[in-house]
Amino acid sequence: MTAYTATVTVRLKRGVLDPEAETTQQALERLGFELEDLRSADRFEVDLDAADADEAADRADEMAERLLANPTIHDYEVAVAER
Amino acid sequence: MTVSVIQFGGSNCDRDAVRALDHIGVDAERVWHEDGLPADTEGIVIPGGFSYGDYLRAGAMAARSPIMDEVRDAADDGVPVIGVCNGAQIGSESGLTPGAFTTNASARFQCEPVHLRVERADTPWTAAYDEGDVIEVPIAHGEGRFEISEAAHADLVADDRVLFRYCDADGNVTDAANPNGSTDNVAGVLGERESVAVLMPHPERATLPDLGRSTDGAGILEAFA
Repeated sequence: MTAYTATVTVRLKRGVLDPEAETTQQALERLGFELEDLRSADRFEVDLDAADADEAADRADEMAERLLANPTIHDYEVAVAER
Repeated sequence: MTVSVIQFGGSNCDRDAVRALDHIGVDAERVWHEDGLPADTEGIVIPGGFSYGDYLRAGAMAARSPIMDEVRDAADDGVPVIGVCNGAQIGSESGLTPGAFTTNASARFQCEPVHLRVERADTPWTAAYDEGDVIEVPIAHGEGRFEISEAAHADLVADDRVLFRYCDADGNVTDAANPNGSTDNVAGVLGERESVAVLMPHPERATLPDLGRSTDGAGILEAFA
């Protein structure tokens, strides 16, 4: 078994309204920053032991499918690194 | 009929639901989620509140709790199930109903009376109304914007599973009458069975005559009568 960190990034699908990101962008603009757009995402760092990187990624993928992301509104990606 | 009102940590409309059901003569009791569904459960309310502090997403944690497996089984057996507000979020997160409820377009918590158009009158939840009736029921949520993929929305409409839409006092479904940016002004939907429904507005807060300005919500709870 090898120790991995699987990083799961969950973000809203393109086209799904993100009022929190819009509000954050407005606050940045009030502070004087110039920006075109802003998107937010949730990042989960999952430490786990697995036989190989593929297995670690598969397990993190299932975590995203079953809980971390809501497929109606979210896309997600998984990246695995040895820890 | 004994209705189980499921209480999670952070539920806060469970007592209101029991009182409203009691008012219309329905036997109801609060059930702590860890205790499981009582064997004599003939109806289920998933009440509003902030289960698990809305961690991750509103309803996400409660939707994965063991009692929801029992709720799904009961729903499959035809037991009437309604999710209100946080209960609607839990219901959609658990797959009882399609779509998702997420952050209001305003990015604010909104607590206000709204009008709903009854889109179906031939369900247990709406037998007290006529199709097209306008009822006034309050909302109180920060994450009530109904989101659904275009394809799933087309199916929802084709299958006639929209139960309520936000409308103005005259029943017009307009953007101005949409409090939270919900797709197609959807306020409540049916599950695969008509005996399963979720809605963001609070019928239990519009049932007791001494509590607020409307008793229009009582008709929804009469599904359990």
